[in-house]
Parts: sequence; structure tokens; C-alpha cells
Amino acid sequence: MLSRTAENLFWMARYIERAESTARLITMGQRMAVLPGSAYRDEWRSVLRVTDSAGYLPQGPVTEEDIVRILLLDPDNPGSIQSCLVRARANGKSVRTKLTQEMWEALNMSWRRFEGLDAAEARHELPALIDWVKTRASIFRGAAETGMLRTAGHDFLRIGGAIERAQMTLRLLEVKYYVLLPETDVVGGGRDHYQWTSVLHALSGSRAYHHVYGAVYTPARIADFLMVNRIFPRSVAYCVDQIRTHLGRLAREHGGPALCHDTAGELYQLLKDGRDGALFDRGLHETVQQCILLFNRLASELAESYHF
Amino acid sequence: MAFFEMHDQDGAIRDCYAEVGRWIEGTGIAGLRRRMEEAEAIFRRIGITFAVYGEGGDPERLIPFDLLPRIFSRLEWQRLELGIRQRAQALNAFLYDVYHRGEIMRAGLIPQDLVYRNEAFRPEMMGFDPPGRVYSHIVGIDIVRTGPESFEVLEDNCRTPSGVSYMLENREIMTRMFPELFGRGLVTPVDNYPALLLQSLKEVAPPACSGDPVVVLLTPGSLNSAYYEHSFLADLMGIELVEPLDLFVDDGRVWMKTTAGPRQVDVIYRRIDDDYLDPLAFRPDSRLGVPGLFHAYRSGGVTLCSAPGAGIADDKAIYVYVPEMIRFYLGEEPILANIPTWQCGTPEGLDYVLTHLGELVAKEVHGSGGYGMLIGPQADQAALAAYAARILANPGGFIAQPTLALSTVPTLGETEVVRRHADFRPYCLVGKQMRLVAGGLTRVALTEGSLVVNSSQGGGVKDTWVLRN
Repeated sequence: MLSRTAENLFWMARYIERAESTARLITMGQRMAVLPGSAYRDEWRSVLRVTDSAGYLPQGPVTEEDIVRILLLDPDNPGSIQSCLVRARANGKSVRTKLTQEMWEALNMSWRRFEGLDAAEARHELPALIDWVKTRASIFRGAAETGMLRTAGHDFLRIGGAIERAQMTLRLLEVKYYVLLPETDVVGGGRDHYQWTSVLHALSGSRAYHHVYGAVYTPARIADFLMVNRIFPRSVAYCVDQIRTHLGRLAREHGGPALCHDTAGELYQLLKDGRDGALFDRGLHETVQQCILLFNRLASELAESYHF
Repeated sequence: MAFFEMHDQDGAIRDCYAEVGRWIEGTGIAGLRRRMEEAEAIFRRIGITFAVYGEGGDPERLIPFDLLPRIFSRLEWQRLELGIRQRAQALNAFLYDVYHRGEIMRAGLIPQDLVYRNEAFRPEMMGFDPPGRVYSHIVGIDIVRTGPESFEVLEDNCRTPSGVSYMLENREIMTRMFPELFGRGLVTPVDNYPALLLQSLKEVAPPACSGDPVVVLLTPGSLNSAYYEHSFLADLMGIELVEPLDLFVDDGRVWMKTTAGPRQVDVIYRRIDDDYLDPLAFRPDSRLGVPGLFHAYRSGGVTLCSAPGAGIADDKAIYVYVPEMIRFYLGEEPILANIPTWQCGTPEGLDYVLTHLGELVAKEVHGSGGYGMLIGPQADQAALAAYAARILANPGGFIAQPTLALSTVPTLGETEVVRRHADFRPYCLVGKQMRLVAGGLTRVALTEGSLVVNSSQGGGVKDTWVLRN
């Protein structure tokens, strides 16, 4: 397959995933903003930091209006939903022959909905828009799942999606890790409870959490769930498993493993060592940062190994 | 009064339109309009769009689609097909001659300067034999109709004629929406076009190719106005759609960069202009292009389709001589006539055009897409005077033709079936043999009375049927 095609598929999947993550974070921000007594301004601020939009922070308090402008519509902010959709479609358009008709239609329709949307309209329809973005991302993934040929292109697509998803979980943990520090465990007061659950909500994992860990929220378990759990699809460990599966396929098709395979192995080992509550002993923040570095390295090695 | 293709001179429905006439009657105008909106929604969702150069606005504009098909009888098509093949053969023979001994110029039938001083002439191609001696592998011939028996050629397209994706998509959407119209096999299918195209391209593999030729489609990229067509054709042929940066030349062969390393390429169906193919051979300032590509082509390492320099055959100044080419190379009389054309570059021509400009259609020799043309009868005095001044400043750059009574075809109006002018572009494939699917692209001027069918000027498209009997 053409190297450029691999690159476009990889990035297309990342942008779709990123648009969806941003949508989820906006929901989290809204939820926090209406809680009594919560310091919601900080919430919006951390949302901006998680999406790498800190450069767009306004001077004064962050309002929902700012959020709509920066995270939904700003064409220059690579984290905004609008620009993610535009970029996903541009990537898709240059590899149209490698997409199924349904995948392309999903991309094209997503883009059309945001075309010419103005701020007032967007604020008015915010919840509907957010749901819509999530739905479109699901349709896109579903179309890929059931229609796309299982060639290397599919592997690059899945790897791109998994890297982006893991990165989002990691950035959320990096910004919010202080909430999960053991000291705050003692109080268990209202605000902390909401903080923890907000992290789970942002990743659509609150119900899943209960199924795995029971009814009680503890920082250690939440961190375990998001980092090293291997059955929750937004956990870092799950994403690493996915990446390794698809890298394995690529290695078979391309006559052997490359540098990126070693890095994926390192990530796997790092998360494995954090299992069974070892995460906090090793330092949550340190592990998160180490993972972020390894993922960045993995992405650039992937490009190098497959000539893009 | 222009010939309305649905009726005979007594106003009765012509045989070939009988079936569609009943269908229009049965469905009703309101019903048809509803279906047309559905069709448009499908087109938009699929993303078949067309960008118009230099017009600004929405780069992803849709070409309007008209639901009512344009229909040719079997007999009409047989004659058209013979004429198209004849013309495509003569144009390729002319190209071979131009780049070899130039017999037709030596015979005094075509002025030397018109060819060898033409911008579309590529001296780099002199003496080179392209595989199969084919220069133009896809010849698109624009044909107009002026009466029941009269078909005339408006212009030839020997470089990379576009629009064939609309032929295929229009049929696809009609079949999807109105299966009952196609169920009885009245209409000759066109969907084998991609297979025939690929076969033709493989037949012109270069001498260096061993085994099954690797064919790619070279596009300038996703911002090009015809990009949709490029990806569509690559998809249907199952070949890679490459951009210039995906290719490189090494050791006289062309390679594409893949995730598994370089892979050899044998035939390039290029949808990039000559100028931008290779900065070493053509425009050195081009940021597009594959350095060394032309050298690899000349040394037999790769085939370019169409050949660089093929444009000399579809130049509007050369057009006048195509009937002569047919007689000279094939020893036959032209089956499809040319439209009488005055060349402003000759004193008699210039004189005639300037005194009759109000009755003529004047065009730039190197223009295309309906840009820079003047329709005399529809222009006011000021426009005529301004155009006359342009002609005088550079007479050789203009030609003029009579304003034709182009035939009209049934088109869906707001409340009734209306008559709109149309033209027709079939696509003749040339490999080791010539191939033609029974159909082509019908373009229709959607504004009442308008004679300009170009999509860049508000034209639309229709499905074109060739009946089986």
C-alpha cells in the first residue's frame, strides 16, 4: 500500500477519535459547571488543557461561550471538533479509494453538518451537536468494522484510533491526576466524588467501572481502571493491546517487526508492571508521563518504519 | 426552431422516447421532482462534486443532475460510433505523423507553423515511438446535433477528457432509483467502461515491463477539480491513485513509495497537464511532477497515457483540418462533419468574422470549458465591440463558428417537461484496439435558450441511453 495512504488512514482515524474525545470532554465540563459549589471555571480550564488548547485560554474566567468558540468551531485549533472533522475528511478524501462508500459518507456528512455553523446556533444546539458527533464517530467506526478490507490500511486505521484514544485518557489523567492522589482519599467528600466520577464520565466509563470494581469509587481503582485494566476499551492498556495486535499483522505483511514494535512492547511491560495496585507505588504521574512519551515515540517510529 | 429530440416534425413522440414518455406520464411532474430531490441528496452524500476554476464560492459544488434521460436509437448510435472511431484513429495517426516525418505538412494540407509553433507541440517527443503508436488513449469527442440526421463535432479532447465518472454515476443513480426502467434490458449498459479502460492501459505497457503491467492513476491531488473522478476511476479499476510525491524514478524505471518499500510502476494514466509532469523536462518551476519521469518514458521504462504533446491534435486551430486528416491517413470520407469554422488568423477569416460577429460564436483557440467565448446573437453592442478589439489584438488566437440551432432534449421543469439545448461527449478508448461503450456524457444547458452546456457555466448532466434495438 502507498505510504501516503497509510499516513492518511492513520491520521483520519486519529482526527475522528479526537473529535469524539473533545465532545466527551465538553459534556464533562457542562456536567461539572452545573454542580453546586464546584469550582467550575477550573473545570473548563482543565478541559482546555486536556485538549491541548491551552494556548487559546482567555484572560478572565472561561465561559461556555469560550468553549464553544475554541473547542467546537475554531478552525485553527487542531483540537476543535470543527477542525478535526475538516482534517479527517481531507485525509479521507485523499485516500477515498481505500475507504468504503459508507465510511466516506460518514465523514462527508459529519463535515457538512459543521459547515457554516455559527456560534449562536452551536450554543443553542450544543447537547444535540455533541451527541451527533459521538454518533457520527460510531457510524464511521461501524462502517470500518463491517465493511473495510482487512489489509494493512485497516491496521493503520486501528492503530491511529487506538493511539489517539490512549493519548486522550493519558492527557485527562495528567491534568486530573491530583484528584486521584491518595491524600484526597481520606475525606471522600462531595467534591472529590464528583471529580472522580467526572473523569469516568468523560471516558464513558462510569457504568463499566461498577461492573468491574463494584459500587465504591476509590482513586486507586479508578486509576487502575483507566491505566492497566485490559477489558475497558478506553484504558491505556487495552489500547496498547490493540496496537500490538495490529502491529503484529503489519509485521507479518512486511517481513518482520520494526522499531515501533519494540516501543509497543515497552509500553506493554510498563503497564503490566503497574497491575495489582502497583501503579501508585510506582507513581501515577510518572507513569502517565512516561506513557505519553512512549506513545509519541511510537507514532514517529511507525511513520519511519512504514516510510510516511 | 431547434430540433427537439423527443418529437418528430409532427409533434408525435419518436419511437426511441416512447417508453420514457409513458414513464413521465405515469409518474407525473410532481412525482418526478420529488425523485430528483432524492437523487440530489444521494449525490451530495456520496460527495460527487465539481470545483470550478476561478469562480470562487463553494469548491464542492454539485453538478445539477436532470432526471430525464437523453436517448439514442440503436441506428443513430451505430453511425455515431463509426464516426467516433474514425476520428480517434485519424487523430492518433496525425500525432504520430507530427512527431515523425510530418507528411501531412509536407503535402501542404496543414500549415507547418500552425503545428510546429503551437504551444501544445512538444519538440521533446520528436522521433519517439510510444507503445502501440498510441498518443491519445482516451479520446473525448464533443458532438452536437442539429437535426434528426445531423451530428457535428464541436471539438476533440485528446489529453485527459473528464466527465466519464458522471456517465457512470448518472446511470448508477437512475438504475438505483428506477429499476423498472432497466429491468427489461432496453438500455445498453455502460458499466464495463472501467474494465475496458484498464485493458486498454495494460495493452500499452512499456518494453521494460515483464509480467502483468502495474497501472496507476496519477492525480495532482485532492484539491483538483476532477479529483472525484480520479478516485472514482482508480477505485473501479482497482489501481492505486497516486500523487506526484508518491512516485520517483530510479535506474530508468518508475517506482511508487509503499509501506513495504518501492514498487515498480509500468503504466501511468496521468490526469496532470504536460507542463507539470516532470520539472526536469518541462516547467522547471513546477512543484508538482516527478523528476526524471519523461526520460524514463522515452527510454521505454514507463508509459504515459496520454503521451506528452498529444494536445496538438485537439487544438482549436488544428480542429479545422481533422476532415483532411481522415482523408489523408485513412482514405475515407468523414462520417461526422465539422462545424464550419473561420480562423481569424487568415485575412479572409478575420474579415468575415469582424463583419458578422453578431451572428457567430467566437472562441479563444486555447480556451476551454466555455471560458472566454462570445455568443454573438446574445451579446450587446458593447460586448461585441470589446470582443472585436480582443480579436484584432491577436487574430491568430481566435476562431468563430456559426451559431448552431443545437437540438433540445426533454428536461424536467418546475411544472412541465421543458426543452433545453444539449451536447454529447462519448469516450473512445485506444489501446491495441479501439473500444467504445454505448453511451457518453450528455451535458445540458439548464437555462432556457442558453447554448452553453459547460458545468462551469451552469450546465447540468443527464443519463444517456443507447437502446438495444
